[in-house]
Amino acid sequence: MTKYIIRRLIASLPVLAGVLVVTFVLARSVPGDPCTAILGEKATQEACERFRQNKGLDKPIFVQFVLYVKDLARGDFGESIRFKRPVTQILVERLPTTIELGLLGLLIASIIGIPLGIISAIRHNSAVDVGTMVGANIGVSMPVFWLGLMLMYVFALLLKDTPFWLPPSGRLSAGVTPVPFYEFYGLDLGEGALFKLGQFFAGLYIFNSIITFDWEVLKDATRHLILPALALATIPMAITARMTRSSLLQVLGLDYVRTARSKGLRERRVIIGHAFRNALLPIITIIGLQLGILFSGAILTETIFSLAGVGSSLREAINARDYPIIQGFTVVIAVGYIMVNLFVDVSYAFLDPRIKLD
Amino acid sequence: MTTNKKTLSGNATPLARHSGNPWVVALRRLFRQRSAIIGMIMLGSLVFTAIFAPLIAPYDPIEVLIGKEPVKKREPPCIHLLGCPEDQPQHIMGIDGNVRDVFSRVVYGTRISLFIGFITIGLAVIVGTLLGSIAGYAGGWASDWVIMRVMDVVLAFPFLLLAIAIVAVLGPGLVNAMLAIAIVNIPTYARVIRSTVLSVKEEEYVTAARSIGVGNSRILSLHVLPNSVPPLIVAATLGIGTAILETAALSFLGLGAQPPTPEWGAMLASERNQVFSAPHLVFFPGLAIMITVLGFNLLGDGLRDALDPRLRL
Repeated sequence: MTKYIIRRLIASLPVLAGVLVVTFVLARSVPGDPCTAILGEKATQEACERFRQNKGLDKPIFVQFVLYVKDLARGDFGESIRFKRPVTQILVERLPTTIELGLLGLLIASIIGIPLGIISAIRHNSAVDVGTMVGANIGVSMPVFWLGLMLMYVFALLLKDTPFWLPPSGRLSAGVTPVPFYEFYGLDLGEGALFKLGQFFAGLYIFNSIITFDWEVLKDATRHLILPALALATIPMAITARMTRSSLLQVLGLDYVRTARSKGLRERRVIIGHAFRNALLPIITIIGLQLGILFSGAILTETIFSLAGVGSSLREAINARDYPIIQGFTVVIAVGYIMVNLFVDVSYAFLDPRIKLD
Repeated sequence: MTTNKKTLSGNATPLARHSGNPWVVALRRLFRQRSAIIGMIMLGSLVFTAIFAPLIAPYDPIEVLIGKEPVKKREPPCIHLLGCPEDQPQHIMGIDGNVRDVFSRVVYGTRISLFIGFITIGLAVIVGTLLGSIAGYAGGWASDWVIMRVMDVVLAFPFLLLAIAIVAVLGPGLVNAMLAIAIVNIPTYARVIRSTVLSVKEEEYVTAARSIGVGNSRILSLHVLPNSVPPLIVAATLGIGTAILETAALSFLGLGAQPPTPEWGAMLASERNQVFSAPHLVFFPGLAIMITVLGFNLLGDGLRDALDPRLRL
C-alpha cells in the first residue's frame, strides 16, 4: 500500500510542476506593470528600478521561476498588493469558509443524492424513478448563480416571518462572535505557523463552535451556510443520484444478488449489504470528481451570498490585479485538488480489494 | 471517468437488428428515446427563435424605451391576456434597469448563447482531436506523454478557476471568455479521441492498410478517426450545454459579455442586486439558460444511448 501511495505521489509530480509553471506564466502575463500596480502610477524610474531589484524581477525568467518555487516551498506567497498583508494570512482567514461551504455542499449532495439514486434503482421505471431522473436532468442544467439568487428570493424574502426564513448573506449575524478554541481552552500557540494553523481551524466556525460547545454560534453559522450550500450542492446531487442509480442497477442484475435473494435474505439486506457495497466504487469516484465542480461553484456562490471565501477573494483579486493573491490562491487550490484526487485513488484500495494496486 | 461503465439499464435499446448503414440504425434508435426527442424539440425551438429573433422580438434588444412608451425602470411583466390593462404596452417579461424590453433581450440572447456553445465546443473539438490523435497515433514519450501531461495540468485546475485566470490575462470580453472556455474543454476531447485511436490502431484493417503502403495521415483520417466520431458527437453535445453554462458564469462574474450585449449571464449579473425588488429580471434569463442547457443534455443523453450503449451513465 505504501508503495502504491509513493508511486501515485511520484506520478503526480509532473502535473504539480505543470501547475506551478502555468500559474507562474499566467501571473506574469496578466497585463500591467507590477511596479506601477504596487507603487502607484506616479512611481519614478528609479523607484521602479529599485523595486524590480528587490523583488528579483530584473533577473532572467528562469531564475525568477526558481525563486518563486523556493518561496512557495517555504510557504511564502508574497504580500497582497491591495491589503498590504501576507497572502498566507489572507488564505488562513478565507480558506475555512470555502472548506466549510464545500463540505456542507458535498454532504447535502451525498445524503440526498445517494438515497434518491438507490430508490430510483429499486423502483426502476416507476414514477419515483422517472421523477428523480427528470429532476436530476434539470439539476445539472441549472446555473448555480441563478439557483442561488432564486433560493435567496424564496427563503429570505417570501418566507420572511416564518420559521423557514434563512439569512441571504454573510457568514454570521451581527453581534455573534465566535471564541477561537485556543482561547476557550487557554492554549498558547505562539506567533508562528502553529498559531496560523490554530487560526485556520478556528475559522471553521461550525467545527470551532462544536468543540467550544457554543450552540448559538453553531446555529447561526449553519443557518448562514444552508442556502449557499444548497445552491452549490444541486449539480453534484443530481450527478450523484444518476451515478448511484446506474451503478446499483448494474450490480442488481448480477448473479450473486440473485443468489442472495434466493437464499432468502431480506430485500433490504440484499440492497444495502450486498448490492450497494459493490456499487459504491463508481459513486466514490464521481463524488471525488465533483470537487472541481464544487470549487467552481464556490466562486459563484460566495459572490452571490457575500461570503469572504477563497472563491470570492480570487474574483476580487483578479478585478484589482492583485497578482500575489491570484498566484498564491491558484496554486493552493490546484495542489489541494491534486491531493484530493490522489486520496480518492488511494481510497479505492480500501473499498475494493479486487483492485490490485501493485 | 464514467465513460466506460457498462450498465444494464432497463430502457436499454436492443442492438441493431436491421442491417444497413450504422448511422441510419443509430438515428432510428435515437428517435426511440423519449428524452432525446424532447431535447430535439427544445433545441429546434431555440434554433428557430435564434434565426427568427427579429420577427419574434417586439423590440430591439438594446433599444431604451424612455420617452417612447409610458414605462418605468424595472416594471414587472405586463401580459394583456393575464389581466394587464389594454392601454398599457405589453411586456411579457417586464422592463429592465435600463428601460429595455426583457423579452426581446432574452430572445436575442438565444442567438448569442447558441453561437457561444457551437463555437467554443467546435474550437475545443478541433484542437482536442488534433492533439488526441497525435498523442494516440504517434505514441511515445515525445508526443503522447507530453501532450497528455499538459492535458492533465489543465484538468488539475477547477475549470472556472482556470477560465477566470485565462480571461484575466486576455482581458474581459465575450470572445476572450469563449476562448478561455474552449481551452478548458480541450482535454475532454483529446482524451476521447486518444482512447479510441489507441484501440482502433491495433485493429487488423489498420494493419492491412499499412501493409499495402497507405500513409500515416491517410490511415488516421480514413480508418482511425471515423471510429472516434460517435463518442465525440456525444461528448460535444453534452459539452455545448456545459460551455453555455460556463460562459454565462464568466459573464455573471463580469468577465464575459459586456453591456449592452443581451447575453443571459450578463443580464443576470447586472440585475442581481435587484433580486428582491424585481425578481423577474433575474428569473427569465436564468430560466432561458436552464432550458437551453437542458435541451443539449437531453439530446446528448439520447445520443449516448443511441450511438454507444456502453457509454450510458
